[in-house]
Amino acid sequence: MQKTLKKYFPIFVLPTLIAFAISFLIPFIMGIYLSFCKFTTVTNAQFVGFSNYAKIFTNSDFTDALWFTVKFTVVSVVTVNVFAFLLALALTKSIKGTNIFRTVFFMPNLIGGIVLGYIWQLIINAVLLNAGVTIVSDAKYGFWGLVILMNWQLIGYMMVIYIAGIQNISPDIIEAARIDGANKFQILGKITIPLVMPSVTICLFLTLTNSFKLFDQNLALTAGNPGKQTRMLALDIYQTFYGRVGWAGVGQAKAVIFFIMVAVVALVQLYFTRSKEVEN
Amino acid sequence: MSKPKAMKEDSFNELSPGASLALTIGIGILAVIFLCPILIVFMNSFKSKLFISNEPFALPGGEKFVGIENYIGGIQKTGFISAFGYSLFITLCSVAVIILCTSMTAWFITRVKNKFNSILYFVFVFAMIVPFQMVMFTMSKIANMIHLDNPVGIIVLYLGFGAGQAVFMFCGFVKAIPMEIEEAAMIDGCNPLQTFFRVVFPMLKPTVITIAILQAMWIWNDYLLPYLVIGSDYKTIPIAVQYLRGGYGSVDMGAMMAMLVLAILPIIIFYLICQKHIIRGVAAGAVKG
Repeated sequence: MQKTLKKYFPIFVLPTLIAFAISFLIPFIMGIYLSFCKFTTVTNAQFVGFSNYAKIFTNSDFTDALWFTVKFTVVSVVTVNVFAFLLALALTKSIKGTNIFRTVFFMPNLIGGIVLGYIWQLIINAVLLNAGVTIVSDAKYGFWGLVILMNWQLIGYMMVIYIAGIQNISPDIIEAARIDGANKFQILGKITIPLVMPSVTICLFLTLTNSFKLFDQNLALTAGNPGKQTRMLALDIYQTFYGRVGWAGVGQAKAVIFFIMVAVVALVQLYFTRSKEVEN
Repeated sequence: MSKPKAMKEDSFNELSPGASLALTIGIGILAVIFLCPILIVFMNSFKSKLFISNEPFALPGGEKFVGIENYIGGIQKTGFISAFGYSLFITLCSVAVIILCTSMTAWFITRVKNKFNSILYFVFVFAMIVPFQMVMFTMSKIANMIHLDNPVGIIVLYLGFGAGQAVFMFCGFVKAIPMEIEEAAMIDGCNPLQTFFRVVFPMLKPTVITIAILQAMWIWNDYLLPYLVIGSDYKTIPIAVQYLRGGYGSVDMGAMMAMLVLAILPIIIFYLICQKHIIRGVAAGAVKG
């Protein structure tokens, strides 16, 4: 079978491979090269060594954005997962209408980032109206606005994964624990939570990468205002590329650092999921 | 996966009638709060733009009510009809092309074992973790140079970007299919194309639905890629919404509200029609991705 199949390489693989090379492979390799160049378009690149990387730290834009991103990521990962888990616990109890509730809570996840950003801009400005300020009056409004937006978008998604995890627990185990005299909190702490740990790992990393790479929502909600105080990394990179003439190389260098950070997170995730698989 | 019957026997999950009612009401209130942002936007879309910023929570009655004026204005300003057309065209075509090409690729690189194919698989998986900012500049320049900057060309870009996740997920599924069935088909005289489309592809159906939903949601909502590549000539829905914000001038809030409603509406309709597939697909995608 292998031999006949091999001849069909051009039909089966080539279309995907060409598209993949055009939109990912070549741009990726060029991107790494260009981070060491000074350029305005890709054809007039001049090799300049590490000076783009050095330039990143001549102002505090990147480190500010990094710090804002890290703070935002930590807060949203914790809040999203706590709320999603509690909701999943509640919806796996025998109450009426769980399907309707699940439908409602999941819905915001399907709405695109730009639209989400403008929906919440309206709501948050409406609430802040009483205090006579808007979302761009102070960075803390933008920060918490983003956290609320992220919760609204991701809680339903994570909840669905937690529900699947909780429903996978065999009722026999819980019954056995009850017969042994465990109370509800002991069952939750000693049985439910340890047994849904695979779901927890998945949800933690999903919220982590989603928050860390956030762009559309950030752009629509505050566009980084006031000043550059609510700019996250992706938006800072974008604005370095297209907002400042002659800084495209610096933008590319920032993108490489951003990529390395995301890759490290992904490797840690891989390590965690692999070690879980061995246990099972 | 779900075991409604088993859960009934599970006394841990049984609540007293009072507690159950309280919990239902509590979650019910929470669900209403969850829907509020969408309802408030919907309400404001029928209000005169003068009142949206100043009295956002007021009902659209009396002098505030302007009927569908915001919708007409917004559609004209943003070219929403054509934006909807572009979004629909790009999403449907890209998803179809992604499903077709990546399922074939995944089957091939799983069945033909050699070094090149293992490297290819690794590179596809690697592509999943690379953030878009890393390639956005170079990719949009290349797309410009080779004239992919139109609604048909962008399908090629989406195939390339979607390939990572789609190949990865298809490969996971193909590995679970017993090879004997395919070998039998080949012995009966099928060539690889016939084997794939008559035997393998029908078995991939659940995965096809999952991947189609994941890719469709991503492409329909994608903003930055189409904005950089085709944004100046062809606006998709997210670009049209962002376009209303414009430069530094004041935003026409009436038109904005109407456009937000029009942007959400197709998604909600799609969701309500096939929510079972969507929720299952997204959850499966998360576990495998």
